[in-house]
Amino acid sequence: MIPSTAAKVKKVTEPSDPQTAHEAAKETARELEPARADASIKIRARNVNFYYGHKQVLEGISMDIRERKITALIGPSGCGKTTFLRILNRMYETVKHARPEGEVALDQDNIFDLALPNLRRRVGMVFQKPNPFPKSIFDNVAYGPRVHGLAHGSKLVELVEQSLRAAALWDEVKDSLQKSAFSLSGGQQQRLSIARALAIDPEVLLLDEPCSALDPISTAKIEELLFSIEGRCTLVIVTHNMAQAARVADYTGFFLMGKLIEFNDTKTIFTNPAKKETEDYITGRFG
Amino acid sequence: MNRLTWRRVVNAVMSVVTALCALTAVTPLLFVLGFLAVKGVSSLNWAFFTKLPVPIGETGGGMANAIVGSGQLLLLAAIFGVPPGVLGGIYLSEFGGWTVPFFVRYAADLLVSVPSIVIGIFAYAVVVLPMGHFSALAGGFALSVILLPIVVTNTEQFLRTVPVWLREGSLALGAGHWKTIVSVVVPAGLQGILTGILLALARVAGETAPLLFTAFNNAYWARGWNQPVSSLPFMIYYYAQSAYDDWHRQAWAAALVLLALVLLINILSRLVLARKMAARRAA
Repeated sequence: MIPSTAAKVKKVTEPSDPQTAHEAAKETARELEPARADASIKIRARNVNFYYGHKQVLEGISMDIRERKITALIGPSGCGKTTFLRILNRMYETVKHARPEGEVALDQDNIFDLALPNLRRRVGMVFQKPNPFPKSIFDNVAYGPRVHGLAHGSKLVELVEQSLRAAALWDEVKDSLQKSAFSLSGGQQQRLSIARALAIDPEVLLLDEPCSALDPISTAKIEELLFSIEGRCTLVIVTHNMAQAARVADYTGFFLMGKLIEFNDTKTIFTNPAKKETEDYITGRFG
Repeated sequence: MNRLTWRRVVNAVMSVVTALCALTAVTPLLFVLGFLAVKGVSSLNWAFFTKLPVPIGETGGGMANAIVGSGQLLLLAAIFGVPPGVLGGIYLSEFGGWTVPFFVRYAADLLVSVPSIVIGIFAYAVVVLPMGHFSALAGGFALSVILLPIVVTNTEQFLRTVPVWLREGSLALGAGHWKTIVSVVVPAGLQGILTGILLALARVAGETAPLLFTAFNNAYWARGWNQPVSSLPFMIYYYAQSAYDDWHRQAWAAALVLLALVLLINILSRLVLARKMAARRAA
């Protein structure tokens, strides 16, 4: 937690009407500079709008996501948090007529200029539903390294083991690596998805409600796991579950109707929110 | 009669009527199977599978060449029809967008309902005439024209059932579109695609009309793929309308063998599909 910069971070999200949003973004970008001393910024989003056809679903999102920290995005269904997440690895491109505006930088690179395989190599994603491929456990984890030609032979075997260990799944599957991934339980499949994503050593890992299909015990395992991988990559997690955001996240952003209402360190959001809407949401008055 | 009794009577009557209608629907099949079993089994013997047909007037002989010929024709139909069918299905499901698949699907549906004799004439015009003679190749081509639209539409349908989140899982790892299709989407739909291919083969295995103008018939072993070949459906057609009892018996035997072959393919495809369902349930 970095309370000293909290006030400044918060300013990013002062409601900005669309005309002045760009100016405001520039302003806040300057103000945010000193924060780097605490944790450098991994992803810098400025005044991001997003449209499906003519329908605008995100409006003027500016947000700094800090390196090797866990950032949670919360908000009611349809508020745009998943849409924002899917901008970060350009997953929205699978949908026709989807169009983003604004700037999103990964370190110094504009993500819209990066070649797609490179971007997705650097920004991994874990989905709401466990999605093992119809392959063996080993081949699931080896999929990414093979696509990018990262390792072969014994190096690949080693990499698969490391990734499964990092996802806290190794001990459960080490004797059945050649079995179909479908033979695993839901919670194991989700950890397999995480191992698969970690195998290409991403700088950022996006998690889209990774526990919504899981029971509490599996959820606890995944949360535990997030802490253990926090040291190796930047995590952005979308969650419906506010208790989960409070438990795992260093920073929390609250989305409502396509806008980022408030973004701050998690403690402040949950104990001393600046906005009425945030307070109403986290106290369960709506959502 | 009070209301309750009336309802019971109506229920009873309707359940009997619907049951009888259901029975009527399967009766022809039962009769066909029964006839074939009785007539066919008594005419089947080892020679049927091992011997060539004998000239008119002699008794005995078999249809070994027709059995092999049917196998050749099915193999050719699969070689000509399956690769473009599967790739076309992949195009429709993965690349086509909206307009093109609509028209291709429409054309495929039309092609499925074109009478098979018309397809025989088509194959005659484009293969037999230029070659100057009947051949296994022409027969295989005619069958593949029937098989192709079935495989295309079936492949497309099964690929469309592959969930979006599976494709996205691969794309999210930085894999390209084609890589995702080859290593994730097609394997996920593979059992469905195989089932479709088997069912299409079962469907064309019994086609007779297209073979009349293409593969024609051969009383001996075919000397090559570009020679006329015999086939079970053709032999049934040819022997059944002859005047000889022995040929009639052989036609029954051929019909039984053909039906057994189709049944086998059907059972095989069910097994493939059942394995898929089991895998889904485990997931």
